[in-house]
Amino acid sequence: MLMNLFKFKGGVKPPTNKTQSLTLPIAQAPLPSRLIVPLHQSIGGMPQPVVQAGDKVLKGQLIGEADGWISSAVHAPTSGTVLEVAMHVQPHPSGLDAMCVVIEPDGKDEWITRETLDYKALKPEEVRERLQQAGVVGLGGAVFPTHGKLTASKTVEMEEMVINGAECEPFITCDDLLMRERAEEVVRGIGIFRDLLQPKKVLIGIEDNKPEAAAAMRAAVDALGESFLVVPVPTLYPAGGAKQLIRVLTGKEVPASKRSTDLGVQCFNVATAYTAWRAIAHGEPVVSRLVTLTGNVGEPRNYEVLIGTPMDELLALAGPKPDTDGIVMGGPMMGFMVPNGSAPVVKATNCLIAHSTKLFPPKAPEMPCIRCGSCAEACPHELQPFEMYWFSRAKNFGKTQEYHIFDCIECGCCSFVCPSRIPLVQYFRFAKSEIWAREREKKAADTAKTRFEFKQLREEREKAEKAEKLAKAAAAQAAKKAAEAAAAAAVSAESAGTEQAASVASTEAPTQTVAVDAEKEAKKAAIAAAMARAKAQREAVQPKNTEALTAAQQHAIDDIESRRSVLAPESQDAAAPGSEKAE
Amino acid sequence: MMFAPAPYLLKDVSVSKVMTQVCLALLPGIAAYVWLIGPAILIQLLLASLTALLAEGLMLRLQGKPLGLFLADGSAIVTAWLIALAFPPLAPWWLIVTGTAFAIVVAKQLYGGLGQNPFNPAMIAFAVCIVAFPALMSQWPPAGLDASFIEQCKVIFGFSPRLDALSGATPLDAMKTGLKLAEGTSSVSHLMANSEIYGQLAGRGWEWVATGYLIGGLWMWHRKLISWHVPTAFIGAILAISGALWVYDPSQFASPIFHLLSGGSMLGAFFIATDPVSGCTTPRGKLIFAAGAGLLAYIIRVFGGYPDGVAFAVLLLNLCAPVIDLLTQPAIFGMKDKS
Repeated sequence: MLMNLFKFKGGVKPPTNKTQSLTLPIAQAPLPSRLIVPLHQSIGGMPQPVVQAGDKVLKGQLIGEADGWISSAVHAPTSGTVLEVAMHVQPHPSGLDAMCVVIEPDGKDEWITRETLDYKALKPEEVRERLQQAGVVGLGGAVFPTHGKLTASKTVEMEEMVINGAECEPFITCDDLLMRERAEEVVRGIGIFRDLLQPKKVLIGIEDNKPEAAAAMRAAVDALGESFLVVPVPTLYPAGGAKQLIRVLTGKEVPASKRSTDLGVQCFNVATAYTAWRAIAHGEPVVSRLVTLTGNVGEPRNYEVLIGTPMDELLALAGPKPDTDGIVMGGPMMGFMVPNGSAPVVKATNCLIAHSTKLFPPKAPEMPCIRCGSCAEACPHELQPFEMYWFSRAKNFGKTQEYHIFDCIECGCCSFVCPSRIPLVQYFRFAKSEIWAREREKKAADTAKTRFEFKQLREEREKAEKAEKLAKAAAAQAAKKAAEAAAAAAVSAESAGTEQAASVASTEAPTQTVAVDAEKEAKKAAIAAAMARAKAQREAVQPKNTEALTAAQQHAIDDIESRRSVLAPESQDAAAPGSEKAE
Repeated sequence: MMFAPAPYLLKDVSVSKVMTQVCLALLPGIAAYVWLIGPAILIQLLLASLTALLAEGLMLRLQGKPLGLFLADGSAIVTAWLIALAFPPLAPWWLIVTGTAFAIVVAKQLYGGLGQNPFNPAMIAFAVCIVAFPALMSQWPPAGLDASFIEQCKVIFGFSPRLDALSGATPLDAMKTGLKLAEGTSSVSHLMANSEIYGQLAGRGWEWVATGYLIGGLWMWHRKLISWHVPTAFIGAILAISGALWVYDPSQFASPIFHLLSGGSMLGAFFIATDPVSGCTTPRGKLIFAAGAGLLAYIIRVFGGYPDGVAFAVLLLNLCAPVIDLLTQPAIFGMKDKS
């Protein structure tokens, strides 16, 4: 059982404040007056609503269909009536609204027919499909669709699977209680992941300030005869960050530029494993989760809460004190103030902290950076936050990228230790969003350019096609006329026997020899037609030398004409189309 | 409505707390100073502090920055104290006022104030004054000075012109000129035995003041106000070069202990080269910065034209700090193997 643990550099030790919410077991939150279920609750495509206002739904019924491979289905958390499918405020720092399905519970909490399955009888892709259909996503807070992480790399062998029970953020205890009270189902869920990924080792990391949870998990592992290792890890924020936990348990460091599977590791949260088990073995999609209610409240406690429960209604269960002035979703290190108390609990909601200025005093005014380097010492990714701050502030975003700003996991350690009280993480988020915005702009500009170039290309092609079509038509016409002329010539040659006429006809309309190379002739005729048109065009714009003639010239021409008509009176008709052509 | 961003929990730290602790760490050295050289230093500390606050206040007002916030950050006081401890204690009052005002106005505020100065302001004050007033800046009283507080005050404020009777060259300066003047005939041990300005290890009294700074510095390291890099590299560099030359010729080169406990070595190692604003910030950069400063300080004080080299050494390395930092960026999480 002895295992060599690794350390990650940096990290901080904020007061944990976990005991408050650990005194009571998990309780079931009562049905709220209505449920506001956002359709977009995971990373990836926005699920499409499959219900509309007035529909009756059952608990667990699909209300939003996964849109694409990285997307996850959404379900009705209880039975009732769909009031509307409309925009509603989200628990998101932006404060923006998003599309939600609003359900009025009928109070019966009536399930759909639940299909219990033995996942071992299913093909891996069927298991993944079911997890996607059941809306199983990473419940540690990142809400990445779980099925998307359950395919092993083809090139790198899966060495370790890390199960995250660290829960390093202060105040939060929902994973702790889940492991204490429902360890067996968590372990069974881990079993599903293990069977899909086939790792050599399964390591369950739990911070050493949760000995009860570790003991419960160990007992469950033993009871189920699994070979998973339950490993207590030192309590140090952010040990529960996936990359930090992977580092501590395996010694592997996953940079931003790589996926953990490239290093043969994959990481799942304990609560995710639990919901995966419920989904597969009990046919229960993710319609509820454990939420810690704590902070400035009379009775901090963990509740099993239906997704979509309005936060203020939920927080009322814990008895917020009168000076509560807001709700923080998540922990105090990475959480955020929800823009509005009516925002619903979502799959990412692990904790609600009633905020008060007594609990979290307002920050001292921001002072200039004195380059003390505390932030660099605290950074678990060994970045130089003060340099990134400097360049973010100067809007020199290229430089921030040279200092690896995208490796920042926004854990807040730097802000926590900064003596100048600089909100460093805010600066980094700003820089990142600016860089993204510029990338988007560039992409848009590139797309526009491509589109314009394509349009030009298409116009040119159309022009060419048109010209070709016209030429073909003219050629066909010409060929037809030539054929007629040839026929006429042949007739006239026969009747008159004039050598001259025949030769004129044969040079100018060589279709006489007929059919064999009709195509060739048609082409030739086309060329001739084109030349004729060109000449006509030229003449249309150029003055003819037969215009504005003097009397003497006119006389001379008439003279010639008269002689011509005398010389070849018969050939006039035959030569007419030919001479027309030749002009 | 604007929401305060995470993290909501914050460590109980602030710039003024950092600066206050630096001042506290100076107290053992100051106590030894007062005990051995006399209370005149307290006058100088007071003068420097008042000048610094006044100059800072004036500059902040001119820039329209919040007075209370920045005056309370304590950075001006730290600069003032370092200037007072670097200047001769019996120098006339206007010297320290000039030096401090220059440090705050030019070296600090004209560059943008707290956190923006490329040079250590206290060392700028020292460098400016030693160039402008070399005689006044190198007159130091010996330990056990039997002049009363009143008498010392009179000297400082110009009512008593008996400066020469009260002070002389610093132990470092006396050593250098002693060895130079009597080239080949005099030795370190001879000089130390025959002059009352020397004690057991270094300058009489000064060795204990330096020890006081050492104690304060170790406390700062214990409190994680400074990392081990700068003091270790600074002291290590002085030890290395002085040790090598001392082994080479102990009669012409003073011992490493003498150099560590003389002049600004200890003050420099723990309080001056550790200034984060003007120094290096990367771990390797700090080592290079401090080692360079220690080496230069020794070279200037032994071979150069000034009695002590810490100020110039630190300023010269301040110049190099940005490029050292740039070249010593540590590898980040997940990017250590350069394969």
